[in-house]
Amino acid sequence: MAMELKMPLSREMARSLKAGDSVLLSGVIYTARDAAHKRLCDLVAEGKELPLEIKDATIYFVGPTPAREGDVIGSAGPTTSYRMDAYSPTLIALGQTGMIGKGKRSPKVIAAMKEHGAVYFGAIGGCGALLSQCIKKAEVIAYEDLGTEAIRRLEVENFPAVVIIDSYGNNLYETGRENYLASQK
Amino acid sequence: MRELSVGLITETVKKLCIDANCHLGKDVQACITCAQENEPWPQAKEILGRIVENFQIADEASRPICQDTGVACVFVEVGQEVHFDGNLTEAIHEGVRQGYAEGYLRKSVVKDPLNRVNTGDNTPAMIYYDIVSGDKVKITVAPKGFGSENMSQVKMLKPSDGLEGVKNFILKAVEDAGPNPCPPIVVGVGIGGTFDKAATMAKKALLRELDERNADPFYADLEQEMLEKINALGIGPSGIGGKTTALAVNIETFPTHIAGLPVAVNINCHVARHKSEVL
Repeated sequence: MAMELKMPLSREMARSLKAGDSVLLSGVIYTARDAAHKRLCDLVAEGKELPLEIKDATIYFVGPTPAREGDVIGSAGPTTSYRMDAYSPTLIALGQTGMIGKGKRSPKVIAAMKEHGAVYFGAIGGCGALLSQCIKKAEVIAYEDLGTEAIRRLEVENFPAVVIIDSYGNNLYETGRENYLASQK
Repeated sequence: MRELSVGLITETVKKLCIDANCHLGKDVQACITCAQENEPWPQAKEILGRIVENFQIADEASRPICQDTGVACVFVEVGQEVHFDGNLTEAIHEGVRQGYAEGYLRKSVVKDPLNRVNTGDNTPAMIYYDIVSGDKVKITVAPKGFGSENMSQVKMLKPSDGLEGVKNFILKAVEDAGPNPCPPIVVGVGIGGTFDKAATMAKKALLRELDERNADPFYADLEQEMLEKINALGIGPSGIGGKTTALAVNIETFPTHIAGLPVAVNINCHVARHKSEVL
């Protein structure tokens, strides 16, 4: 049974989640991928203000296809997260509590998640048409010049995800596979 | 000599770009549906169900199956008795340009690998030409996403590494990739040729129908054996455990040098897209 989770995600709530939990996310999240992450971290390095409220924010690693007329957004599934590994620890230290993507994360990201209390959600890769139906509003709030890589403010409803890595470092990519293999013995 | 209009080439490439990105091939649909029925691990079965739901939504609504509508890989077999009334390569790029605009597909190409400014129209396409006999032209468009492309590997093995070396390298590539390339994956393998020839064969192997095995029984058996070995790894759909890690292993081979044994593994996600037309 999936747990309903309201976004933005408080640190307390992030700490309560466990690897393997199925969740349905509702509320406000932000999109950012490679180029936007680089710009955000450049701003941090320069001591400048970020174009989004990073405290308690969840960032969805996605670059959607263009929206057709009448659609909120195009197809919008997760991109591979490890490319954001160089940047995520900086944003987590500033209060980011959630990330949505797919694929492995680095030890440095996991260490930052443990220290500050953040979770890594996995959405199903390659399911952009299905996941876009959970996005009810989308608005570009920064870096429009980046096109698909611009930062968007999304309002989502019952967006399905699974806690892959929790704020204690438990990792479903490891335990899920071990449990399956053990079941086959 | 048969005269062919480059305008027709542009039209065809445009149509194939949109079609490939919105409508998953029947062979891939059947393979995923079958895997879903045979998946013993409940969470994995549920994910495969969502994957089926996703390609059905995309098919019915003509929406991109995945937001990574890829770099457009265009394979062209040109009959040597065909003459074009203009620039064939330009016509292909124009087809990609129009297809990605009219199909509301994502523009994912940057002009320079280090300076990284988006070209804005998903060109240039990656074009692979083959000159063949006859007076026909076959065009295949295979949009390639980079979640899986980034997990691909090439290795120059030694002849003494032999069959075991090849098997181990294929398994290592899949193991290294883990959850990153959106499993269940399709594994394209090129063995032989040169460094670049092996990689091109691995990519072309991904164009084969999933239920079609290598014509050589030795390699057909190797494909089956590697599929079983990969599906015994337990990575599973989305990488959270399960039986279905790969849908197929397609191997292509070519003669090679007495000193060499090049092997390339090109990984594709479950959105294994390619559409062809013969003109």
